[in-house]
Parts: sequence; C-alpha cells; structure tokens
Amino acid sequence: MLKIAVIGGRETVMAFKALGLETFPAADGTEAGKILRNLTRGSEDYAIIYIEEVLAAQITAEIDRFKDSPAPAVILIPGREASIGLGQAALKAAVERAVGTNILGD
Amino acid sequence: MASTAITPTRMVLNQLKGRLKTARRGHKLLKDKRDELMRQFMDVVRLNKQLRVRVEEGLTAAFASQQVASAIMSPEMLEQALMYSRQSVELDVTFKNIMSVNVPVYHFRTQNADPGEIYPYGFAQTSGELDDALDKMSRVFEDMLELAQVEKTMQLLAEEIEKTRRRVNALEYVMIPELEENIKYISMKLEENENATKVRLLKVKEMVLQDAHHYQQ
Repeated sequence: MLKIAVIGGRETVMAFKALGLETFPAADGTEAGKILRNLTRGSEDYAIIYIEEVLAAQITAEIDRFKDSPAPAVILIPGREASIGLGQAALKAAVERAVGTNILGD
Repeated sequence: MASTAITPTRMVLNQLKGRLKTARRGHKLLKDKRDELMRQFMDVVRLNKQLRVRVEEGLTAAFASQQVASAIMSPEMLEQALMYSRQSVELDVTFKNIMSVNVPVYHFRTQNADPGEIYPYGFAQTSGELDDALDKMSRVFEDMLELAQVEKTMQLLAEEIEKTRRRVNALEYVMIPELEENIKYISMKLEENENATKVRLLKVKEMVLQDAHHYQQ
C-alpha cells in the first residue's frame, strides 16, 4: 500500500487533505527539504510526492536527486499564486537532456 | 590513432577484426534502441505537456475558489472543515518495461467513489465556495496522478536516452575508428614484412647462384 504526499504552504495543502492525501505544510525551502528527506529516508512508502513550485525552487538539488530513480516521483505543482513555470522548465530540461537541444520550440 | 602498444601479428589482427564486427553490430543495435526510445519519448513529452497545462489550470482554478471561500469563512473554520477527510486514496504501483527502462504505472482507487461523498464537513457552517473548490480539486486529481506517472516516465526515458546516445557516439566516433586504424596499421606492417622477406629471398637466391655458377642474372 503506497501513499501520496503533498508538501506545500499551509493554505495550499489544506485542500489536498480533504482529498485524502497526506499533507505536510512547510513554511520555507529548508523545511520542505527536511520533510522531503524524512519522507524518502529508507522506506519506500511514498510513491508520489507533490511539491509546491515556490518551495521546490529553493531545493532544486534535492529534487534532482530523484530524477533517475524509479520511485518516488517528485512532481511540482503550482501554488496558490499562479504557476511560476518551474514544472514546464522541468519538462524542457528533460527534453534537452535526451535530445541535446530544445526541440519544443518555446 | 594507431596505438603503439599493439603487436603487428596475424593473431592480433584477427582479434581486432572480430572486435570491429561486434562493435559495428552493437552500434547498429544501440542506434535502433536510441531511435525507438526517442520516438516513445516524444509521445510522452507531448502528453506531459498537455497534462501539465491541464493540471496547472485546474489547480489554479481550485485555489482561486478556495481563496474565495477563505475570504468568506474564518481561517479556523476553514481548517476545521478540511481537517478530517472522508476520502482516502489507495495507490498501487506496477512497473512497465519500455525498451528495458522500468517505468511506473499507478493504479489508484478512491474509497468513496461517489463524488458527492467527498465533502468532509457539514454544509451548515461552510460556504458554497468551499464545495466548489473541493469539487474542482477532486476533478483535477486524476490528471495529477497521470501527470506524476507521465512525468516520471519522461525523466527515466530521458536518462536512458542520454546514456544510449553517449554509447552510440562513443562507438561511432572513438571505438570503431580506432579499431579500423589499428587493423590498417597491422595489415600494412604485415605487408611490409612480407615484402622484406620476398626481397631477402631474391637477394639470397642471387648470392647462391653467384657462388655456384658465377652466374650473372
């Protein structure tokens, strides 16, 4: 039985709680990083971890660690403010990594 | 560049020829693998792009509704309303093999299938905007799960493609030319030895004839 975690601002994660996901409110990047490390240490309980973009921007190195491992999937989601485009940037980075250049044309 | 470490013998030549053949075949196979991975990857990227846009729009809309709800209700009330969920999600992961890359496939089941059952609070003390926010949230949730799956697949494929591409290039631009160069070096060296032997024999023959018959060619 696997779980889904959401890390984000207090207000952001509130609604996810009602959906039955496990939520971890974090005030800033350092705290989010600490939570992320705790969630991924040793156990493989969490298959998907959603992180609010604004927090993820401060801990990109931590998040990049999970890019090559099959689990967990660390996915960026926009916060309460409009998306800052980090999720799209991750997509572009993956394309650049595979193809060697950005062929999406934007 | 021909390395000076190789000994120009027939045995080494044969070994090198065998290795060249293997390298060529490996190169062809890896190239095919790269092309197929790339094709799959582009499909995944396209899907990811669509999902990402959909999730971001959906979530922004849901957050906007929540914002309105939080303007109407007091923060304590709001938190209390959402504190205990009636919904729970069960997630299972299996792995699918795409060109020897194991990518996750998520299967999920929500405890309450009825969409009207997701509200964890009584309607008396909460505003309608909150219902709206939750409704939007639960609708975007399915896309979010798919996004997670697709995005992870994309990352794993990207890694594999990068690795394969490096291998293809290493074979094409380093291994194969080096082997060809070495083979050329050895065959030239062998030919040279052969010529030397032939000339020596001719010379010896001449000397022997000279000795025996004072014969001038």
